[in-house]
Amino acid sequence: MHATRARRARPEPFAVRVGLAERLGLAHLDWPLALAAVALAGFSVFTLGQATLNDVPGDPRYFVNRQAIYCLLGLIGMFAIARIDYSRFRELRVGIYTFLCASIATVFIFGFSARGSRRAIEFPFFSFQPSELGKLLLVLALAGFVIDGARRGSERQRTVRYLCLGLAPAGLVFLQPDLGTSLVYVAATLGVMYFGGVPWTHFAVIGSSLAVLIALVLVAAPTVGAPILKSYQEERLTSFLDPDAHASGAGYQQNQSVVAIGSGQGTGRGDRATQTRLDFVPERHTDFIFAVIGERYGFMGAAFVLSLYALLFWRALKIVTLSKNSYGTLVAGGIAVALLFQVFVNVGMNLGIMPITGIPLPLMSYGGSAVIATFLAIGVLQSINIQAQLSQKGRFAW
Amino acid sequence: MYLRSSDRPGSSPRLALRTAVLGGFALVLFGILFFRLWDLQVLSGDEYLAEAKNNRTREFKVIAPRGDILDRAGNVLVDNRTSLALQLNTQKLPADPAEERDVLRRLGELTEMSLRKVRRTIRESEEVAAGAPVTLRKDVGYELVYYLEENQRDFPGVSVQRVFVRAYPEGTRAAHVVGSVGEIDEEGLKEERYASLEPGDEVGKGGVEEAYDRYLRGKPGLTKIQVNALGQPTPGGQLVDQPPVPGDNLKLTIDPDVQAAGEGALSSFGLPGAFVTMDVRNGQILGMGSNPTFDPTALTQPMTQAQVNQLYRDPVLAPMTNRATESYYPVGSTFKAITALAALEGGYISLAEVIADDGSIEVGGQPFQNAGGVALGPVDMTSALQKSSDVYFYLLGLEMWKTNQLQEWAAKLGIGRETGLDLPGETEGLVPSRKWRDDLFAEGGTERPWSAGDNIQLAIGQGDLQTNPLQLAIAYAAIANGGTIVTPHVGMEVEDAAGRVLEEFDPKPRGKVKIDPTYRAAVLEGLHQAAQAPEGTSYGVFGGFPVEVAGKTGTAERPGHGDQSWYAVVAPYRDPEIVTIVTVEEGGFGAESAAPAALAILEAYFHKQATEIGAENGGSPG
Repeated sequence: MHATRARRARPEPFAVRVGLAERLGLAHLDWPLALAAVALAGFSVFTLGQATLNDVPGDPRYFVNRQAIYCLLGLIGMFAIARIDYSRFRELRVGIYTFLCASIATVFIFGFSARGSRRAIEFPFFSFQPSELGKLLLVLALAGFVIDGARRGSERQRTVRYLCLGLAPAGLVFLQPDLGTSLVYVAATLGVMYFGGVPWTHFAVIGSSLAVLIALVLVAAPTVGAPILKSYQEERLTSFLDPDAHASGAGYQQNQSVVAIGSGQGTGRGDRATQTRLDFVPERHTDFIFAVIGERYGFMGAAFVLSLYALLFWRALKIVTLSKNSYGTLVAGGIAVALLFQVFVNVGMNLGIMPITGIPLPLMSYGGSAVIATFLAIGVLQSINIQAQLSQKGRFAW
Repeated sequence: MYLRSSDRPGSSPRLALRTAVLGGFALVLFGILFFRLWDLQVLSGDEYLAEAKNNRTREFKVIAPRGDILDRAGNVLVDNRTSLALQLNTQKLPADPAEERDVLRRLGELTEMSLRKVRRTIRESEEVAAGAPVTLRKDVGYELVYYLEENQRDFPGVSVQRVFVRAYPEGTRAAHVVGSVGEIDEEGLKEERYASLEPGDEVGKGGVEEAYDRYLRGKPGLTKIQVNALGQPTPGGQLVDQPPVPGDNLKLTIDPDVQAAGEGALSSFGLPGAFVTMDVRNGQILGMGSNPTFDPTALTQPMTQAQVNQLYRDPVLAPMTNRATESYYPVGSTFKAITALAALEGGYISLAEVIADDGSIEVGGQPFQNAGGVALGPVDMTSALQKSSDVYFYLLGLEMWKTNQLQEWAAKLGIGRETGLDLPGETEGLVPSRKWRDDLFAEGGTERPWSAGDNIQLAIGQGDLQTNPLQLAIAYAAIANGGTIVTPHVGMEVEDAAGRVLEEFDPKPRGKVKIDPTYRAAVLEGLHQAAQAPEGTSYGVFGGFPVEVAGKTGTAERPGHGDQSWYAVVAPYRDPEIVTIVTVEEGGFGAESAAPAALAILEAYFHKQATEIGAENGGSPG
């Protein structure tokens, strides 16, 4: 081990002084990644501050204050995680996986119900939604299992094993019911498997199975009278294909969202915004916050946000390639794919080209669990980056 | 703790490929999002902005109150009262048929309508004005309004609207002149004069309400407010507030005393009839009425089928018909004044010429008799008019039968022509002529061509003559004023709310007939003697009236009906101001019912009472 390090070490002419930045663990941060995340969170707080003034009677800063605190907590969490060597999570994979499944299951027992869906556990000061943190936990655990079992069984057996490991928590979340988040779990699982080297042919099989499954769930099951999805879920999923046919139902939200974004034009309508200010667009502080940005700040604002996500993803992908070990690659890959999936599905939903699945926009949608969990995921990416930098410098962690 | 270096996938070509593929995939996804965003905001932004603006505003039409209608003394005949109407916006009804039925059923209970009737009301309203709010019930009480406000959830789409309803302080007074208002129908919407109106708007129907609609109507106001997704007004969201412009007031030429006297006299007989009193100098209608009449207030309320049948489906009583202008009557002996002028002007007789009235003549084997077969002895023009000698006028009719003289004069004086009255619905009528009957005969519409008998009948206002009281008034006015064919009108002036006159109506005469003053004087003298000289046909009625008048009775025979009583009178005789025509269907001789009614009207106009005289001449035929 020592030898490995020595071989990798670069010649250092000067004695190394450990600076303040290094002590704080800031030295090897991926700054573009951190800045993109902070900029998105900051823009979220800024937008909520302008758009939700009248939402909670008597407390115009209700959402802003809370979102700001969540962002701050998330930021602290990000730095804290960044300082930890992510590789330790690999050792803890069984514990993490057990905790993941248990915490989601807890929701069924202690969770409180919001709109017929049990997703969160109520604490005195906040409600905690385990499935949000679960996205990160699943990636950490699954990547561990993939590395661990890399040489056990045939390729086909391995693929099936990974799928089962990933789909078990996804199924639990689906039963809450939270279709959107369970789809993110599936995306994360596939992301980890993708970088875990699962053969292309297997993905082709998985892809076609998915297609058949979707056809079964949306078309076949309802026709034989055994629907798997709740009717509102089905309507949401299909209404985007023909929003006018559902103009007053599920299609309504999406129509209004599209009108809101379109009406923003180049530079936005600012405080003259009406679609998102006068309740035409529902859930404007959570799932449809992109519509608020589109209407208020126009193409400039919306494109800026999209660019930040592109930057975020690009840095995540870069970290995938930089990682000093396979575990880091798989974790970074899983996180990157999950982020990409969430951004595309949420923004696509706001733009009327994806179905309504209730997936929040990472770092922008209001919600403590999601914001903190995303910051923690970025913290893990940072950790992977720091460890890669450090190992290249031939230096151990502090 | 760390993987062996060979495990490091850092630069393995496999990882690089997978990373590149994912990167490319992400590029495509972001490209889709960017392109869609560009499409929505930059390429189609204008459309969406328009849609968003439309989304947040609701327009409310604020109904303008119609102008008041006043008589010439300024008494209010028609004004408005405010009323609360229960309206239903059908688009806000639940989509689920069962829920919709529940709401409609609850609404029905509230408005005392059956579910079927509610649905029918909605359907009928949708046919006329799809999408407009349906008025389920007018004149709802405040208790109902409070109940609705408290239970708004149970009644989606239901609102209470303040509406103006026509009020008639004088009851049925001048109902036919005034007319009524109602929702514009589909036909009306296509008319140019209603171009600015929308389904559901009210317009005048009949009477001056229709004729002067554009003055009375006013201009609706517009309130545009910003609303949220639930359609609730948002604070400070009033975008446009254009107050309604109330309609202007219309002052009529109707004289309250004359109108009241005429209506009172007519209704006292309990028979269908009509009267018209007009200023002979300018055509102002001082009074006009028709019996039976209708209660315009009833038209503002929901009606039972029985009421509808009684108002609109009774062909005999026909209370909605203004018999003064919309009837087809023979006028009997009142026509003789016209025959007299035609014969004199045509040289068919001279003033001095005396004819022996034996009580009947025979033409072509057909006997023509005086009423009751009475022989009046030798008569000249004046006494023929005074005593209403039929034989005298039969002979004039016979003299003129080969010519068009009588028809020409009747037409010149306004008989069988529209008068140009400013009320809708007046009839044209018919003066039978050789050409008319021969054409009809050629078409097979009648069994014989024009004959002397036709002209003889016309000479005494019988036969195929079809006219109405107003046309007769125009003719008598022309005789009285020396030949001017006035344009009758009931609209006098338009005033704004403060009483300032905006427009006066003084329509030009429609023509001038050259009448020899001698002949005119002779005819008037004959009529004067008929009314106020002993042996005159209406001496028993007008003999004691302190104002000198010239009046003629008429007793028209209508097939299948009893005799129709007529009276035509001009007063004062020497300097005529007004003409009054009264007719009473089945009222008997002219002097029996029409003349007393005319007397009541003249008494009201001159504010003078007639003294009772011996009635030995009352009720003589004529």
